[in-house]
Amino acid sequence: MSAGPFQIATQEYTMKNTDIKRLLYTHLLCIFSIILSIFIPSFFLDNFSVLETHLTWLCICSVFVTAVNLVLYLVVKPNTSTKRSSSHKVTRFLKCCIYFLMSCFLFHVIFVLYGAPLIELVLETFLFAVILSTFTTVPCLCLLGPNVKAWLRVFSRNGVTSIWENSLQITTISSFVGTWLGAFPIPLDWERPWQVWPISCTLGATFGYVAGLVISPLWIYWNRKQLTYKTN
Amino acid sequence: MQKISVLLFLVWVSFLFYAGIALFTSGFLLTRLELTNHSSCQEPPGPGPLPWKRQGEPRACWMAPRFSRVVLVLIDALRFDFAQPQRSHIPGKPSVSLPFLGKLHSLQRILEIQPHHARLYQSKADPPTTTMQRLKALTTGSLPTFIDAGSNFASYAIVEDNLIKQLASTGRRVVFMGDDTWKDLFPGAFSQAFFFPSFNVKDLHTVDNGILEHLYPTMDSGEWDALIAHFLGVDHCGHKHGPHHPEMAKKLSQMDQVIQGVVERLENDTLLVVIGDHGMTKSGDHGGDSELEISAALFLYSPTALFRRAPPEEPEVVPQINLVPTLALLLGLPIPFGNIGEVMTELFSEVEDLQPHSSTLAQASALHLNAQQVSRFLHTYSAAAQDLQVEELHRLRNLFSKASADYQQLLQSPQRAEAALQTVIAELQQFLRGVRAMCIDSWARFSLVRMAGGAALLAAGCFLCLLISQWATSPDFYLCPLLLVSMAWGLAGVAVCVGLLATTELKLDPVVLGAMAAMGSLLHFLWKAWPSWGSKRPLAALLPTPGPVLFLLLIRFAAFFSDSFVVAEARATHFLLCSLILLLLAQLHWEGKLLPPKLLTVPRLGFSSPAGPIPQHNGMHVLGLGVGLLLCIRLAGLFHRCPEETPACHSSPWLSPLASMVGGRAKNLWYGACVGALVALSAAVRLWLHHYGNLKSPEPPVLFVRWGLPLMVLGTAAYWALASGADEAPPRLQALVAGASVVLPRAVAALATSGLLLLLWRPVTVLAKATMGAPRTRTILTPFSGPPTSQADLDYVVPQIYRHMQEEFRGRLERTKCQGPLTLAACQLGNVYSAAMVTALTLLAFPLLLLHAERISLVFLLLFLQSFLLLHLLAAGIPISTPGPFTVPWQAVSAWALMASQTFYSTGHQPVFPTIHWHAAFVGFPEGHGSSTWLPALLVGANTFASHLLYAVGCPLLLFWPFLCESQGSQKRRQPPGNEAEARVGPEEEEEPLMEMRLWNAPHHFSVALLQLGLKYLFVLGIQILACALAASILRRHLMVWKVFAPKFIFEAMSFIVSSVGLFLGLSLVMRVDGAVSSWSRQLVLAQHR
Repeated sequence: MSAGPFQIATQEYTMKNTDIKRLLYTHLLCIFSIILSIFIPSFFLDNFSVLETHLTWLCICSVFVTAVNLVLYLVVKPNTSTKRSSSHKVTRFLKCCIYFLMSCFLFHVIFVLYGAPLIELVLETFLFAVILSTFTTVPCLCLLGPNVKAWLRVFSRNGVTSIWENSLQITTISSFVGTWLGAFPIPLDWERPWQVWPISCTLGATFGYVAGLVISPLWIYWNRKQLTYKTN
Repeated sequence: MQKISVLLFLVWVSFLFYAGIALFTSGFLLTRLELTNHSSCQEPPGPGPLPWKRQGEPRACWMAPRFSRVVLVLIDALRFDFAQPQRSHIPGKPSVSLPFLGKLHSLQRILEIQPHHARLYQSKADPPTTTMQRLKALTTGSLPTFIDAGSNFASYAIVEDNLIKQLASTGRRVVFMGDDTWKDLFPGAFSQAFFFPSFNVKDLHTVDNGILEHLYPTMDSGEWDALIAHFLGVDHCGHKHGPHHPEMAKKLSQMDQVIQGVVERLENDTLLVVIGDHGMTKSGDHGGDSELEISAALFLYSPTALFRRAPPEEPEVVPQINLVPTLALLLGLPIPFGNIGEVMTELFSEVEDLQPHSSTLAQASALHLNAQQVSRFLHTYSAAAQDLQVEELHRLRNLFSKASADYQQLLQSPQRAEAALQTVIAELQQFLRGVRAMCIDSWARFSLVRMAGGAALLAAGCFLCLLISQWATSPDFYLCPLLLVSMAWGLAGVAVCVGLLATTELKLDPVVLGAMAAMGSLLHFLWKAWPSWGSKRPLAALLPTPGPVLFLLLIRFAAFFSDSFVVAEARATHFLLCSLILLLLAQLHWEGKLLPPKLLTVPRLGFSSPAGPIPQHNGMHVLGLGVGLLLCIRLAGLFHRCPEETPACHSSPWLSPLASMVGGRAKNLWYGACVGALVALSAAVRLWLHHYGNLKSPEPPVLFVRWGLPLMVLGTAAYWALASGADEAPPRLQALVAGASVVLPRAVAALATSGLLLLLWRPVTVLAKATMGAPRTRTILTPFSGPPTSQADLDYVVPQIYRHMQEEFRGRLERTKCQGPLTLAACQLGNVYSAAMVTALTLLAFPLLLLHAERISLVFLLLFLQSFLLLHLLAAGIPISTPGPFTVPWQAVSAWALMASQTFYSTGHQPVFPTIHWHAAFVGFPEGHGSSTWLPALLVGANTFASHLLYAVGCPLLLFWPFLCESQGSQKRRQPPGNEAEARVGPEEEEEPLMEMRLWNAPHHFSVALLQLGLKYLFVLGIQILACALAASILRRHLMVWKVFAPKFIFEAMSFIVSSVGLFLGLSLVMRVDGAVSSWSRQLVLAQHR
């Protein structure tokens, strides 16, 4: 009599454990892609360094992270519950692209409102917006699709429905926090090359993203007993 | 709880802060009065013949010149041990090789080869050991403090008598090369000058290489009488690398070559002075008073023999300012008027005695001249200022008159004994040293005890604010007894202090007295308050919540400890404010208040209904508010003035007055925009009042808003037109223009004052007559059996009357098929408090606006707009708890305070003295003020702290606004019929919202809320001033202490005082309105009785 629910519970438990494992591996891959983006280009490009040819690195890092995210999404398929009609794949992809661009522009506007220069360094600011979109919007698009309502749901209290969404929440918030903290060294008079706009912020975003990738599986593992998702 | 006791309590808390600020200031900011008197060649410093006044000497002033020319090589931060010769012959001791030791070989060689020609001294600089203060000391011979209260606050130019001025006035050609600080200090004093930028501390070579390019050619050309070369490389090397870096060795070797080169080019009539203005610590910094910072090298050399004796084994220690009278007399100049240095007697001895004792006599006469000058200065100074000790002054005067009499007697007597001469010299030296010691005591020593005491008082004040603001909401809180007993204890503290001081016969210091009073009352208060708090609740409950706001406040606190962040505070405040706004939005969304739950729940997943309250506001509406707010802040940020420490930044060109613009068309466009901003401001206020129906009332303040505001706009616009185009006016109209530019600003100010007085006289803008016409008493008094007799009955009756009035209105509107908005029906009582506040703020803003440059009016428009948006945004997140207690959350208060300081920057201010808008003193007074100082000070202060004043006065709006938004919320819900929300709204929601009458209904909670609001605002401001005080005291040795931290502290202290006064004004206005509403309702009830 009582074996039934218990069995289901253990099943869920093991399911959750395997899910956490998968989550960890995917996150490790994402971190690996960022590390690759630092080292691989120096084989092909002369004078490549993260600080001096920062814009190049931004582009490369953005491409790498996007690619890894896409591949992982296709391989792991975490959001099995979302129904996908194959006929709309193309429109869906186009929609994702439009969302990505829109989020880039949105971030750009927010940076300018935050005090970034309006006319000078437009390219730098925009690429910063691109990399931040890569760390935040791309995972959202992969996991939730171009569905703003779902995004809003995930980023509100009691809104997450799976560990994937939970980790998405954590990585995204930590990316934002990293970016925010990255702005602090700018006024200091240390005269280091990484204090120039927007390098400290992009580095902050990257560190925040990586920290989120590391923290989220650990945090979920730590709190796996408390976490109950309303899956059905 | 009485509202007046709330006000009294806040005044007491502010008094604690004021006492702390005053105590800290008296220990930290040493002040001195600058005298503008000058010594002159013709006028000897005292009675008696001038010594050695030979006939036909062309350049002799007080004394015959010994040198006709001087080369002053000033090596910034040349510490004494940098120049000290290295004696390698000490046996048994391995020679230490440090990068800075023994690099100046040429000095060592000269000292060994020509011992009678050169001398090395260890000069002791007086703190503050910063370059500007040292330069001032090295030229005036005085002890510059941070605030040298002089006539000219706007520039750094030295107004005191100084060597450079004396050189120029006696027709010498002064050539300068090096640090461009001299350009600010001595504008136009040099016959030729090569300035190089000094701001970049990392740049070791620009200044030095620039000097080297010009030094030798200038020396060879001979077109100079005094040549000053100020090298910065050593100082910058210290700041960048510290003294223990190989780079320092290179730099010192370079300086060695320079000295070598200069020595080779010297002629016989020339004196070479090599001096360091201060030393540096082990880390290369300076500014404080540690041994390493104040010891500097001083090296004198002349190609002719200068000294009778060979140099002593260990170099003599002399105060740095002794160089000033010495140089002056050696060059045949009068000693600068304010000098308190003592001549170095060694340099006034003849190398060979021609007459017996002539050498000693020369020394004595130089000293006597010096003493006469110092005595004259003391006399003038003590007549103008009272900060010197009277007894000491008296003693010194007696000493001087005795020494002077001895000297005169000695001159008369034919046979001069060496011993008598020596006695006179000793007496004179004793006098001079006594004066110096006395001046140092009052001008140049931090009082750490006072600084610590002041900071402790400030911290205690902040803690008190926290404690009471949390405690006030608890039911067992009674303010009156606590307050009265505390005040009694404060008086007891004063009495004890007075008694102590009287017994010890010390001078009564009002600052100490105030601090004692504050301490006494505070200690008692904490002693009483703490047990009743601490037994029940944990300490953590005291801290501002929620966490992110606490974090933001901590960041703001910490930012005051970094000079970079203080310099970049305009940007940092902007950043924090944006973060706070985004945080508010995110928080609203997180808690599900931003979007209707329908959107958030996924129906397929079967989400239960959200636990939180029903969102009152449309999500897009709130989002729009946030974006608009960010936009406003960014636009206001366009009006920024750059701090001088960031050379790459460009100040906004829009801060200058329109009169300075050249293009006619652009000027007209800007003028149009400014007038447009004015019109928009007054129109927006009228619209807002109209929206709540206040404009219908025939009360005088309303009439003033209807007719007085446009008049003020007109007056301001006309004044701007005249001010910006005054030069283009035809000559016939010049007199008219001049007259109008005097009358118009005064007229606007007078209008604003009369408007404020009207508002104070009749603050309740309610259309009472309309309700009186149709009395329907039965609906009003139904719950009561009898007529209202007690206050409690009255409290209950008034809301009912109010509701009744609303019904009345609505009925009439429906009858006449009026299409007007429903809010009109929400009669004027609903926003009776905020209407008065907004009117007062507008009336206050106009005169303040007039004090600024024309284009700042756009910022004022933005100020009102962004406060309006922020209030709405905050109101969206504050739930209304109907019976009370009402609270204003921390994030609201922090955002308000942040916005005040952000607007301070966007109105073109910076917390440094040169950027104060001095022209504000001449608005309405184009001819100046004559001798009065308080009026220009008031005008300039009002200009500088306009934003702090406006935000502090408007602070109670934070409490009122959620109640105002209540009406909008309920209407929004009603507008779309058939809405899901509508169904859930119970029948009680059908009633018209009570809005601010809710506050009036609960007077106790209202008072507590006001107290809490005031305390929270004072806390947020208090931690800022505390941070400034701590930063200034901890970093008092920092390079930037006098340039960044001290001015920041002064500005923050001033803004705290202005803000607290503004807060009292705002609260008093609220109380006046409250009283008026009460009396009005009493009249209404009485009228119904009849």
